[in-house]
Amino acid sequence: MRTSIRHRVAARMMAAIGVVSLMAACSGNGAGNGNGGATGGGYPDKNITFVVPFSAGGPTDTVTRMIAEPMAAKLGTKIVVQNVEGAGGTVGAGEVARAQPDGYTVLMHHIGMSTAPALYKDLGYKPLEDFGTVGLVTEVPMTVVARKDFAPATLQDLVAHVKANAGKVTLANAGIGAASHLCGLLFQSAAGVKLQEVPYEGTGPALTDLVGGQVDFMCDQTTNTSGQISAGEVKAYAVTTPERVKSLPDVPTTAEAGLPKLQVSVWHGLYVPAGTPQEVVQKLSEALKAALADRAVVDQMAKLGTTPVPAEDATPQAHRDKLQEQLGTWAKVIADAGVKAS
Amino acid sequence: MDLLDNLALGFSTAFLVQNVVYCFVGVLLGTAVGVLPGIGPTATVAMLLPITFNFEPVTALIMLAGIYYGAQYGGSTTAILINLPGESSAAVTALDGHEMARRGRAGAALATAAVGSFIAGTVATVALAVAAPPLARVALTFGPAEYFSLVLLGLIVSITLARGSALKALAMIALGVLLGTVGQDIYTGTPRFVFDQRELYGGIDFVSVAVGMFGVAEILRNLEKEQTRTAVVSKVRNLWPTREDRRRIVGPILRGTGLGAALGVLPGGGHVLASFTSYAVEKRVSKRPQEFGHGAIEGVAGPESANNAAAQTSFIPLLTLGLPAHPVMALMVGAFIVHGITPGPNVITDEPALFWGLIASMWIGNVLLVMLNLPLIGIWVRMLRIPYQVLFPMIILFAAIGTYSLGFNAYDVYAIAFFGILGYVLIKCGCEPAPLLLGFVLGPLLEENLRRALIISRGDPSVFLTRPISAVLLALAVAALVVAVLPTIRRRRETMFTEED
Repeated sequence: MRTSIRHRVAARMMAAIGVVSLMAACSGNGAGNGNGGATGGGYPDKNITFVVPFSAGGPTDTVTRMIAEPMAAKLGTKIVVQNVEGAGGTVGAGEVARAQPDGYTVLMHHIGMSTAPALYKDLGYKPLEDFGTVGLVTEVPMTVVARKDFAPATLQDLVAHVKANAGKVTLANAGIGAASHLCGLLFQSAAGVKLQEVPYEGTGPALTDLVGGQVDFMCDQTTNTSGQISAGEVKAYAVTTPERVKSLPDVPTTAEAGLPKLQVSVWHGLYVPAGTPQEVVQKLSEALKAALADRAVVDQMAKLGTTPVPAEDATPQAHRDKLQEQLGTWAKVIADAGVKAS
Repeated sequence: MDLLDNLALGFSTAFLVQNVVYCFVGVLLGTAVGVLPGIGPTATVAMLLPITFNFEPVTALIMLAGIYYGAQYGGSTTAILINLPGESSAAVTALDGHEMARRGRAGAALATAAVGSFIAGTVATVALAVAAPPLARVALTFGPAEYFSLVLLGLIVSITLARGSALKALAMIALGVLLGTVGQDIYTGTPRFVFDQRELYGGIDFVSVAVGMFGVAEILRNLEKEQTRTAVVSKVRNLWPTREDRRRIVGPILRGTGLGAALGVLPGGGHVLASFTSYAVEKRVSKRPQEFGHGAIEGVAGPESANNAAAQTSFIPLLTLGLPAHPVMALMVGAFIVHGITPGPNVITDEPALFWGLIASMWIGNVLLVMLNLPLIGIWVRMLRIPYQVLFPMIILFAAIGTYSLGFNAYDVYAIAFFGILGYVLIKCGCEPAPLLLGFVLGPLLEENLRRALIISRGDPSVFLTRPISAVLLALAVAALVVAVLPTIRRRRETMFTEED
């Protein structure tokens, strides 16, 4: 990658200072993965870089770091996680699309992979053509939640209420292209209503204003909302998955609550640049499967309110099918809503 | 006494050997990243988060919290010594702190910062222990309209940051606001001033602007003068504050602490306002306002205390409601989750040992910080004797590495160079970087909340006046404006009268 020399300098300089050397180990020394065009045979014979196109410590980053260690153990190498942020994950994805297709640069991306083509013009890459899929990782359920004194009691009440008061109700989200924004769009499409959306910069502030009663309702990942739901600070109407969520046994699914069209989860998958040798992809996919079966990973994901995907979904084909299906879904939803990010 | 029982539980948790050790590790790391330009607490916490996966939850949180408030301590060191603020709050400290250092009083400035931070940290920790849940409820009554009015008030009050021409200061604020608009608009997704560079979609990084405008510009200015080009005046006078200094810093520390503690509770940006507002207040109440900007010790004591008090109380929304006030807190939410604790209002009741242990550890952390920082002052001051041929390139190198490591975005490094040159040109034109930075930080907050309030009210601007808190804040803003303008008018009338005589 074009940045490798700078990484190496950074790593060396930082290592010179005792205290900071730890951080260099975490961030700076993605130096090993240069331009060598390895084929499948000896793969992997050097460090692999996992690019996370979002900030360190965020949900996607957490999931990546969880699976990186067991995957590295299975592959018999080191995996370095690198955060390349910007423009809804498209900066990092673009960088991986242009990287050497040798299996040493791997991208972790979420649902945003399938929404970016509809949101951004001149994206610079095509998800299906410029990437090879390795396998799905996890699907995080979402919840429809409202301020606790919001009138509607059930999801059907909510739909009726927002239809009758479309000019008054406010729907919060965590910013253009965020999972909560997509879920909100899907809600409006499923309920057949157009609402006033209130974007925030991230989930934290949006949830703060929801708890404070400044906005009416929103849709967000279980990870973010379940603490507020169980404490009664917000009202939960439904989870957006086919099955109920273990940590929220009393919250019905959207199908049970009468809005079956509202099906959405934040799915994550691993990608390599298109043209990566088949046997390399296979090795990565096997390692992913092993990591998802790892006890520690299952436990940690359970704490996040999610589960690893079943083994048959951690494959290139299942991942590709999912991507294709989602690209179609979101192209329509986003075009109908008339949203553009650039 | 519930509170005493709780505190006893907290201290018995916090005083466990591993918790004290990791508290120390946290504040030490925090101090280190605070001192090193470029690398902030957000990046550090993010990088260390995975390492804490195997810790006890309370130990992990104690260490991560220590990094955060430790960095607030450390940030003032580089701001004072080499005019290189790593965070928006430290930019205010740099104004008078670095002037003090240039006059050979770096030791006194550093000691003031450390002592002020300790007092503020202690008081704010008590506030956290005594009144966290009710304070959090108050904070929740602040919606977009209230934040808009609060930021507006802060902006008006802080115009006193300027030392020279008011017109130039206003121009700098406007430029800062404009720079703050760079990036993708969060409401419509429209990219603004990005010139088709996807790397600019996320906006310009604060650290790049601060390092460039303050640090690099300062270095360029120093290089100009063949004779005096040292980072500061080489002769360092007394290392500790004099009796006179001690008398002068008591008031600012107490006022800064109160102000910071109150503002820090507000999750929507209160902590950002703390140091700016404190500086403005100190300048206004001071009997020697003319000294501000020329090494007034009050200009270090007030903002540093405010900043640290706010750093502690900004944990209130997180701990009592599970709502993060800024990126570091959002990472702490991640830490809670990974440890199987769902952040939310139930943490206090479900995990009392964790809640009270964390609070108690903050006080211990503050003691450790002051013990760590006071002896270090001698060493820091000695650092100023490093010849400029070594010091200047090192500063720029560390700043570039630190900024780059945040998001592996080369544009953040280009931005340092750009703002370094811009800062130098502006200094040559007699414009100061502080108001620009103020506009850069507060401008986006102002716009974001203005637009959000209007979206929610469906475009009805009366919302700013019909919501009582917002109305009061706006009234204060008008009053502040009048107070700021009156002396000028009076002076002009006096001159007129004298001319008539």
